[in-house]
Amino acid sequence: MDIFLQQLINGLVVGSIYALIALGYTMVYGIMQLINFAHGEIVMIGAMVTITCINLLVGAGVQLPGPALLLVGLMMAIPVSMFLGYSIEKIAYQPLRKAPRLAPLITAIGVSIVLQQAAMLIWGRNYRPFPQILPSEVHIIGGAAITDLQIAIIALALLLMGGLFFMIEKTKLGRAMRATSQNPEVAKLMGVNVNTIVSMTFVIGSALGAMAGVMVAANYDQAHAYMGFMIGLKAFTAAVLGGIGNIGGAVLGGILLGVIESLGSGYLGDLTGGVLGSHYKDIFAFVVLIIVLVFRPSGLLGERVAERA
Amino acid sequence: MSTLLEVKDLKVAYGGIHAVKGIDLEVKQGELVALIGANGAGKTTTLKTLMGMVKPAGGEIVFDGKSTTKLAAHDYVKQGLVMVPEGRGIFSRLTVEENLLMGAYSRNDKADILHDMERVYHLFPRLKERYKQLAGTLSGGEQQMVAIGRAMLSRPKLLLLDEPSMGLAPIIVQKIFEIIKMIAAEGVTMLLVEQNAKLALQTADRGYVMESGKVTFSDKASALLANEKVQQAYLGE
Ligand SMILES: Nc1ncnc2c1ncn2[C@@H]1O[C@H](COP(=O)(O)OP(=O)(O)O)[C@@H](O)[C@H]1O
Ligand SMILES: [Mg+2]
Repeated sequence: MDIFLQQLINGLVVGSIYALIALGYTMVYGIMQLINFAHGEIVMIGAMVTITCINLLVGAGVQLPGPALLLVGLMMAIPVSMFLGYSIEKIAYQPLRKAPRLAPLITAIGVSIVLQQAAMLIWGRNYRPFPQILPSEVHIIGGAAITDLQIAIIALALLLMGGLFFMIEKTKLGRAMRATSQNPEVAKLMGVNVNTIVSMTFVIGSALGAMAGVMVAANYDQAHAYMGFMIGLKAFTAAVLGGIGNIGGAVLGGILLGVIESLGSGYLGDLTGGVLGSHYKDIFAFVVLIIVLVFRPSGLLGERVAERA
Repeated sequence: MSTLLEVKDLKVAYGGIHAVKGIDLEVKQGELVALIGANGAGKTTTLKTLMGMVKPAGGEIVFDGKSTTKLAAHDYVKQGLVMVPEGRGIFSRLTVEENLLMGAYSRNDKADILHDMERVYHLFPRLKERYKQLAGTLSGGEQQMVAIGRAMLSRPKLLLLDEPSMGLAPIIVQKIFEIIKMIAAEGVTMLLVEQNAKLALQTADRGYVMESGKVTFSDKASALLANEKVQQAYLGE
């Protein structure tokens, strides 16, 4: 088997998931210069709700093909995550819009902990297996394996990112979002309701996050009440790597981070003479984060000069 | 001529700083009114209050027969109150065309918007040449044209201009004032704030002079130009 190609494929799969989640961080940051640390929990809840729904349907004896069951689960999870994202902003961040920047940051961490604990009360502290409902066809290309699921993840992620780009670049809402991120006071003068734009940003980011959560759970065959922490931190790293606030940067950063992590872990054992195994793969994300912060604090595509209004 | 804007005893404070200390202003339909005064006199604060960006501490603002005090900030433009902010306030990473379209954000009449775009491009051929360019890459004068064009796309009943000549070379200032006259000739009512008092009064029908948050003179523009005290303090004569 070709390890390089295999790890590259795995990296692209994980990377496109990171990218989807990173978009949520970067969109919110772009509009209101806030790191929404609760975003990882939105991702987790998306996964948990989907699994619960599928299990309920299967338990009730509903006869549907696997992908259809998954779709129904997603149709439940996406609105739940959207509503949650909307509520978090209204309850926890909006009252602090004019507060010093440390205040909403601390609140964000608080919200994140509350959601984690709530998820643990609802779903327990154990790992939840992802229901075995999806076809597990494996294709071999150039000595590496790729599953239908992996193909579907990459395809859906690309589709969602394309849709988001179109929305941001070509629609009136997207134009208003970009205008608001550049100069909210003037956007208001043009008739933009900044509160609506902020809400839309949270809602869209949360929908992407919910779908990413289901991808994570399906890809690793499990979900967990604490999964949002690590995946959130990785995606946040990806957003910083690409340049936080920059949409293209989030996509680039996510995919790069996925590939670096995957290739790195594939060769970690060889490189360290077996001292560190592939389960140390998480160090790559944070080594990357530190390197970026030291050498290019504004990220790969971020603007180096502070923007003047 | 009917009264479009009536401001009575307007007071505005930033915390303990009283920036506007009870002023009366009136703008009639079709007028071009200048508001002049030294730096820090309270001109920008007055305009921001008219747009709902700053909440007044007292007084009354009646626009087009209605009090504006209960409007949300983003609703002013729908009433026809439009401002070209101090320092232009363009969206630097949006294209020229996108900036103009932002001016039409609260409108839904697609055909009319396109028609108004053409009118703005006719007024500013330079902008038409650069419509796909990021607005932040334009010169100061061109950015001011974007800001004015964008305001035109909001279909103002009353256009508030805050120091449109700020930071521009004299020849560009001339050009901007020609455009202001052209817009006035189209029947747009304007309240023009300027440091360049002479040029403003030469362009306007009437004028107000502000000093430390109060209106100290108000008269026909020609009368203010001839007023000795105004000449000494603001016209450098
Ligand atoms: N955001 C603000 N906070 C506190 N004071 C302000 C603020 N904006 C303006 N001021 C003060 O209010 C006064 C009037 O300012 P301004 O309206 O900008 O004057 P002008 O436009 O005539 O130069 C000045 O003393 C200024 O320092
Ligand atoms: Mg001013």
